[in-house]
Amino acid sequence: MRNKNTKPMTPDVKWKEITPGGMIFDAGNAEDFKTGDWRAMKPIWIIEKCTQCMLCPPTCPDMSIPVKDSKRLDYDYDHCKGCGVCVEVCPFDAITFVKEED
Amino acid sequence: MAIRERLSGNEAMAVAMRQINPDVVAAFPITPSTEIPQYFSQFVANGEVDTEFVAVESEHSAMSACIGAAAAGGRAMTATSANGLALMWEMLYIAASSRLPITMACVNRALSGPINIHNDHSDSMGARDSGWIQLYSENNQEAYDNFIQALRIGEHDDIMLPVMVCQDGFITSHAVENIELLEDDKVKSFIGEYEPDHYMLNSKEPIGVGPLDLPAYYFEHKRQQAEAMKNSKKIILEVAREFEKLTGRKYDLFEEYKLNDAEIALVIINSTAGTAKTVVDKLRANGVKAGLLKIRVFRPFPAEEIANALKHIKALAVMDKAESFSAVGGPLFAEIKSTLYGTADGIKIVNYIYGLGGRDVKADDIETVYSQLSDISKTGNIGETYRYIGVRQ
Ligand code: SF4
Ligand code: SF4
Repeated sequence: MRNKNTKPMTPDVKWKEITPGGMIFDAGNAEDFKTGDWRAMKPIWIIEKCTQCMLCPPTCPDMSIPVKDSKRLDYDYDHCKGCGVCVEVCPFDAITFVKEED
Repeated sequence: MAIRERLSGNEAMAVAMRQINPDVVAAFPITPSTEIPQYFSQFVANGEVDTEFVAVESEHSAMSACIGAAAAGGRAMTATSANGLALMWEMLYIAASSRLPITMACVNRALSGPINIHNDHSDSMGARDSGWIQLYSENNQEAYDNFIQALRIGEHDDIMLPVMVCQDGFITSHAVENIELLEDDKVKSFIGEYEPDHYMLNSKEPIGVGPLDLPAYYFEHKRQQAEAMKNSKKIILEVAREFEKLTGRKYDLFEEYKLNDAEIALVIINSTAGTAKTVVDKLRANGVKAGLLKIRVFRPFPAEEIANALKHIKALAVMDKAESFSAVGGPLFAEIKSTLYGTADGIKIVNYIYGLGGRDVKADDIETVYSQLSDISKTGNIGETYRYIGVRQ
């Protein structure tokens, strides 16, 4: 594909500037796509009950449970889609699942 | 010095492929295009090309493999006919919208059903809105010449679209005729190296091709794709001029045959143009001002130029070797009529569906069409516009 437009596409890109065929040049750009607003249910982390057993982070299909120094952190709500897998996985009832507020 | 040869239309296209030496050819055999990959696989086996020949299990896979190869940065080609083209349908659109300049030899054959292996244009006419550039060829020489030019057109910076080169199944694909070939090195220098700026095998620049394109972007992509098709008319002519310098053979968006001062004329595609030219000569000898316009480029459709070439015609017959089942006429008729609307409204214009499923079209049939045009021109009575020639009544 010969084309000079290699800028990341944003929703205001005009047809003359868009990359032909939708070719994508910036690797790892899924991060730019905020999927958090798809959520109908929201997981809430109850830090006092959490034992840091680390069962939940790898089960998240959206990598929305950040981990630092072998400890999970609070949710990345920009990307968590509210699937509820982490809620099911937690053996210590340290995650509740509530209705997403508008 | 050009090489004088005797080749069938299929051989001519296979030879063009050998001279081009593409990176990938992926094809599945289907009559009457089978010979093209068959001859080409011999070139591969003989070491005459260093192409990766992918013997796929279906035409859908053939086009998919071409798409993959083109996205990877290679020159990719295939050949097919009729139901093979139909099986590629989904991927035709994806090739075009992903802006991948794949080249296809389309040997026109009637689309089933009922099953028929002979020539008409129902296959490529069905694919006319898939986003492929379509070039049509009257004979083996044009099939060869168009195939070589197709690469330069499709790969042009402003175009980046796949190109389908069509010729009539059996009538020209299997008939051996004299042909002038270019020397291998001249073809090589004419087509040049294909060096895409962005391709998937470039480890220095990771890219994604063919992603999900939701409402925020899809429309802009379609608009841009349409622009490429509009741009291609100019490039097709530029490439034709360069080709003429090399070979002396002149190509345009269409061919005008004794059209300048004609009063009655046909618009026609592919091999039947040859038959019709003989009829035009005969009529001219009898003082009848007959002419014809042979379409070379159907996509993009050269509307303005056609309107200009036809504006003085009194009665015009548009010859369709395909039904469209629109209940008002064939696909070429629809294009020509909309082209002339508002630009040359005085022309009496009728449509003839002819030669479906390989029904022979003889000089007599074409003469009948011209004599009916003469009547229309004289009386001004157009009658039924959606007509047939050669069907048993
Ligand atoms: S609800 Fe689903 S998406 Fe959200 S953090 Fe839990 S597992 Fe990940
Ligand atoms: S599964 Fe429950 S307890 Fe284990 S880390 Fe996750 S939230 Fe904490």
